[in-house]
Amino acid sequence: MASLTARFHEHDVSAPPIRLEHVWVRHDGTIALEDVHLEIPPGEQVAIVGPNGAGKTTLIQVIAGTLEPTEGRVEIFGHGPHGHVCIAYVPQRSQVDWNFPVSVDEVVMMGRIRKIGLFRWPTSKDWQFVREALDRVGMRHAAGRQIGELSGGQQQRVFLARALAQEAEVILLDEPLTGLDAPSLDAILQILQELRALGVTILIATHDLNLAAEHFDRILLLNRRIIAYGPPDAVMAPETLLQAYGSQAHKLSHEEGYLLLTDTCCDGEDELQDA
Amino acid sequence: MPELLAWLTDPFDFAFMQRGLLAALLVGTVCPVLGTYVVLRGLAFFGDALAHIILPGVVLALLLGWPLPVGALIVGVLAALAIGAISRRARIREDAAVGIVFAGAFALGVALISLERSYAVDLAHILFGNLLGVGPADLWLMAGLGGLVLLTIFAFYKEFLVLSFDPVLALTLRLPVRLLENLLLVLLALVIVISIQAVGVALVLAMLVTPASAAYLLVRRLPSMMVLSAAIGAIASFLGLLLSYYLNLPSGPAIVLVETGIFLLIFLLAPRRGLAWTPTRRQGNASPS
Repeated sequence: MASLTARFHEHDVSAPPIRLEHVWVRHDGTIALEDVHLEIPPGEQVAIVGPNGAGKTTLIQVIAGTLEPTEGRVEIFGHGPHGHVCIAYVPQRSQVDWNFPVSVDEVVMMGRIRKIGLFRWPTSKDWQFVREALDRVGMRHAAGRQIGELSGGQQQRVFLARALAQEAEVILLDEPLTGLDAPSLDAILQILQELRALGVTILIATHDLNLAAEHFDRILLLNRRIIAYGPPDAVMAPETLLQAYGSQAHKLSHEEGYLLLTDTCCDGEDELQDA
Repeated sequence: MPELLAWLTDPFDFAFMQRGLLAALLVGTVCPVLGTYVVLRGLAFFGDALAHIILPGVVLALLLGWPLPVGALIVGVLAALAIGAISRRARIREDAAVGIVFAGAFALGVALISLERSYAVDLAHILFGNLLGVGPADLWLMAGLGGLVLLTIFAFYKEFLVLSFDPVLALTLRLPVRLLENLLLVLLALVIVISIQAVGVALVLAMLVTPASAAYLLVRRLPSMMVLSAAIGAIASFLGLLLSYYLNLPSGPAIVLVETGIFLLIFLLAPRRGLAWTPTRRQGNASPS
């Protein structure tokens, strides 16, 4: 029972929200992540991009603490990820049973259960948190619906609301932008903007290089190891793209900027190895 | 009308029928509540296996004069360890490992019974239940354990909900996932023990799965699913016991037949999810990817 009542690590405020040192992950002899060094400062919004099989999901899982690195060290605010409940991880959407008899507001409340504590029930303050989180993602009207009745994009927004209700300081999103309807995509990008003001550190994996370049502070170009990490303009150079994608990526320049094309797509097959 | 009333109440003039009814209602409400998790977590095969695995423990407890739950829990824990060891060491899929332990333990239980031809142990009673043989002490034990199971489900409601809906969230909230999963299995073993006299190890699965599945077709919230499945279980237990009294059927099969009938009725007629209502079946919107 100790772990049900345990106190979690105090944050070391001088330490960055996310730091990885020499992180390696091997699955059955194949290398998923190779010597990853990474430090993300507070409030930064980072997009991880890379071809299929680049290890984007693996990297996120290692940071979330749901996957142990084979070697190396992961620190969240100065401590290993297991001491934290400040990390919200929203996986790719197919991993939950959408027919589960649970309503939207109950799903959001799930984010708060460690704050509520063992043998206690949500108070009106907790429900207030849930309502505010749903308001923020524009899903308050659906609070009483069963989770499976929503569209994919709406479900994604509900999961983001759950991260807000959790009062997460680090939010990890795996392919949250893939296959979204336009209102949901706008809503999510808008929420990310608002989270900037709250100082929440955000890391998302995406296939969409253009969205990444347009909306994020930094891009992490990954292909098992880190190819490049920095502001979009610096990372999206033809030579680094070539390194990550081979000949599958192209940068088309025009007077207003550039457009990035890749041959890879968003079927998530690359992540099967992590399941 | 008075005839109907008499038909409903006459059997319960006897003390053993009263005890049988109380036992049936107890099992009929406790099993389906835990059964909601069995259904939602896809543990039906495991639940059935566990019921059979527990047989040798029950037989040993009866022969040695131990309380039944002790024997059942010891064997249940040993079996869980054995399943883990087989699937990890020998790289055998877990369902096959469960099958090996399930059949082996069940065979051992049957062998133990036939070796010891004592009047205290009757294979048919263990397999299919013997509600009319429930003594006052049995009833107290069942009530105590049933209460404990319900209390635990209530106390860990939030945690079990998260664990069942989204295991990844349970991990990132740093819930003790292993511990909670094992707690669910212990609850399952306890529920099986208290069900042995009502429906027997061969039919416990129906008590766990059938009312909960029927309720699943009708409601959209976990608490209402629990309450409704308990109500279905209790009604089926009552009607099943009457059926068993008037038609001279064994109580376990009678109760399970009524449960199955209720399920079929709901399956055919349930609004939105029932067969009669939905030429195009609603699938939530589980994505194919």
